[in-house]
Amino acid sequence: MVEVSVRNVRLSYGKIQALKDVSLEVEEGSLFGIIGPDGAGKTSLFRIMTTLIVPDSGSAQVCGYDTVKDMMEIRRLVGYMPGHFSLYQDLTVEENLSLFASVFNTTVQENYSLVEDIYRQIEPFRKRRAGKLSGGMKQKLALCCAMIHRPRVLFLDEPTTGVDPVSRKEFWQMLSRLKAQGMTIIVSSPYMDEASLCDTMSLMKDGRFFKTDTPGAITEKFGKHLYEIKAVGSTVKALDGLAAIDGVQACYPFGDRLHIVSPSLSLAELSERAASAGYDISTLAECTPTVEDCFMDFDNNDYE
Amino acid sequence: MRQLKAFVKKEFLHVFRDSRTMLILLGIPTVQIILFGFAISTEIRNMDLAVVSVQQDEVIRRLTERIDASEYFTVRKILHSSDNIEKYFRDGSISLAMVFSPGFADEVFSPEGSVVQLITDGSNTNTARAAAAYASGIITMELSSGATAGQAGIQPNIKMLFNPQMRSSYSFVPGVMGLIIILICAMMTSISIVREKESGTMEILLVSPMRPLVIIISKMIPYMVLSIVNYLTILLLSITLLDVPMTGSFWSLTLLSLIYIIVSLALGLLISTKARTQLAAMLGSGMVLMIPVIFLSGLLFPIESMPRIFQIVSYIIPASWYIEGVRKLMIEGLSMSMVAKEFIILSVMAVFLLAISIKNFKLRLK
Amino acid sequence: MAIHAESLTKRFGNFTAVDNISFSVEKGEIFGFLGANGAGKTTAMRMLCGLSRPTSGKAVVAGIDVVKDPEKIKRRIGYMSQRFSLYDDLTVSENMTLFAGIYGMREKDIADKRAAVLTRLGLYDERDMLVGSLPLGWKQKLAFSVSIFHEPAIVFLDEPTGGVDPVTRRQFWRQIYEASERGITVFVTTHYMDEAEYCHRVSIMVDGRIAAMGTPSELKASLGAGTMDDVFYMLARNAERIG
Repeated sequence: MVEVSVRNVRLSYGKIQALKDVSLEVEEGSLFGIIGPDGAGKTSLFRIMTTLIVPDSGSAQVCGYDTVKDMMEIRRLVGYMPGHFSLYQDLTVEENLSLFASVFNTTVQENYSLVEDIYRQIEPFRKRRAGKLSGGMKQKLALCCAMIHRPRVLFLDEPTTGVDPVSRKEFWQMLSRLKAQGMTIIVSSPYMDEASLCDTMSLMKDGRFFKTDTPGAITEKFGKHLYEIKAVGSTVKALDGLAAIDGVQACYPFGDRLHIVSPSLSLAELSERAASAGYDISTLAECTPTVEDCFMDFDNNDYE
Repeated sequence: MRQLKAFVKKEFLHVFRDSRTMLILLGIPTVQIILFGFAISTEIRNMDLAVVSVQQDEVIRRLTERIDASEYFTVRKILHSSDNIEKYFRDGSISLAMVFSPGFADEVFSPEGSVVQLITDGSNTNTARAAAAYASGIITMELSSGATAGQAGIQPNIKMLFNPQMRSSYSFVPGVMGLIIILICAMMTSISIVREKESGTMEILLVSPMRPLVIIISKMIPYMVLSIVNYLTILLLSITLLDVPMTGSFWSLTLLSLIYIIVSLALGLLISTKARTQLAAMLGSGMVLMIPVIFLSGLLFPIESMPRIFQIVSYIIPASWYIEGVRKLMIEGLSMSMVAKEFIILSVMAVFLLAISIKNFKLRLK
Repeated sequence: MAIHAESLTKRFGNFTAVDNISFSVEKGEIFGFLGANGAGKTTAMRMLCGLSRPTSGKAVVAGIDVVKDPEKIKRRIGYMSQRFSLYDDLTVSENMTLFAGIYGMREKDIADKRAAVLTRLGLYDERDMLVGSLPLGWKQKLAFSVSIFHEPAIVFLDEPTGGVDPVTRRQFWRQIYEASERGITVFVTTHYMDEAEYCHRVSIMVDGRIAAMGTPSELKASLGAGTMDDVFYMLARNAERIG
């Protein structure tokens, strides 16, 4: 069953095209990730799916309802956590939670079992004002508030931005548990490394999706050789020099290594050419592409 | 209903937990009343005056003495022609000139009457008006008193029927009420709505089953309550501290104030549908509401002495009608029926503004 | 030695924000200063920039003692953060001139250098455009160039690249490598661990102390972790100050 679908959506703000023909389908009970940098159009897409913005053209359905025509039905069925921290900073943890329960015509008791797992972690601070919580705890509270009414679909726009790695990890673990309860979750993130935790994901840039697949399939379909090498001496010179080798498409830093992309060269061929160009090739090795490599590799022809 | 209750409670929590807002809410009325009541005053004391008359006679001499003896005026100059009056006004040596017509004493008891001209410094309208009123009052009183036989043929054209002592606090209290209510209602409502837009909580509220009308009503209730508290505070302060009489019906005044509060809330709502940031909302309320209320509603300057164009503008300012209504009800002690015009105009404004602001309240972001 | 800190401590009342940290950074090194929010990163960095006086301990930055001569330090360092770096309503060249002027460069030197830097960045034709109208990636490149325009000994980068796309981020790191190879020391504070992998050496702060220090590969090897993210998770998950 398709729970959320977007068809050929376009959206402009004046001259700026925020979304250029975006389509997606999300299966019921799955975790769908939209991965892309700031300005890719993630938030605009979320706002269309949550009935906040009417697209210039195209349409979107959530739980079988149209986001334009059946706005109020959808607003009853979904949970939404906007990109920046959006709770009442001057209300306490429990005041926030019970307010949002009332907003959604329910009570905390009614759906406590759903949020219990997460709420227990912030319960010791229930008398504390939300503004005084740490980033990770704010995130947990926001998630509790977004799902206190047991929504069918949960929209989380960049929930892990600005959150430290420990809280990020815990947050993703929470999402997996929610998914196990049958909730459909759509989440966006600028972090490429988070992509691998989704069932399906779309890579997004400049208002377009250019790849949608399972994380495994996306990296498998990289379709080119990828090598890594440790730069000795000047990194800048190595970047320029290795990129200039015949048959090398790109060379870029990747952590403390350099990644070399080549459509055709085998390891032996590359070693020979790099060595003759004067590079220390003792660390040269083939490596498996990451989502980030796929993102880097995409060019304009790759749009879906 | 549960939504509304929870939401109203939340709005009150916002107000109570923000000490700055609380200070503004409770401090402003007190400060304003004290400021307008005591510091800014148009009361007149020992104003410098020149008497101009071609010849001196008994009547004029007696009038001059009378005026000099009053606490309001000090006669500085006795002139025989009005040639230099403007110069004396300019160098500040006089603020009022009383010019008697040449045959004053003879004509004053004739059937046609005689002319005395009061020249004042119009750059300060309120003081000028008050000074002219005082002076003509003294003249009339003197001429009609028993000391002068027969009936004086002078017709004073300014009457100070209500507020005979010209206490300035009387005229300021209605103005301060008009100002504070619009400030609290409009500014606070617009800021509190725009704050939700800025912080992103409005996005969550929109993507919820909550009806926009519920959001609007629950935003209005707390500020309405606070405004009523403020209204009562001002009233109490005015009566106890400034000795302003409450001559009319308290309930009529309260009803008029309630309608005005709704107008102000609707204006705040309207501003919040346009403003994107709290700063814009604040400037918006300041520019669009406060400044016209202060300058054009009759609070500081009498509407009658404004240029025509400003008079027209003042008719569309709700505060003008409210202030006028409060004056009539509170100071002059008129009955409801005499304030019907103000009631009707404010009610129409309330319905109209509420309708457009609710219509403009966006269900979506774009 | 570009930075040398010894038993550096900062207390606010009973709270010890930075607890007895010692480390050194070589000239030209790219040093990652990691930690969760609240771990003490910002306080430590403020002390190194001469903005905050240490409660005890000492630190020498670019040869200057931070306790004795905090004002002098400010002329020898550059600073860039993602939150604030350039004025959006000034043009590209106005921003450069402004910041170079703030650091006391002479007008003639500024003009010469500005042209050279703009050309190198490929922004010469955009020199009269408002910074606010530039794409994020360009802004970031420009902000970094401005922060090292006056040739500081050390540049402090406070969470420089959150949320930018991978291509832009690499262009940015290339600039950092260039600066480092010219001898400028780069001190990066961040809580984005993937960024940490690009540093020559990193330290990880937990609860005001340095919990680990070394090259990214050393740290990963010593803890048997696959990524810096895992390293951080292992070190910080039991932190008392919740980040």
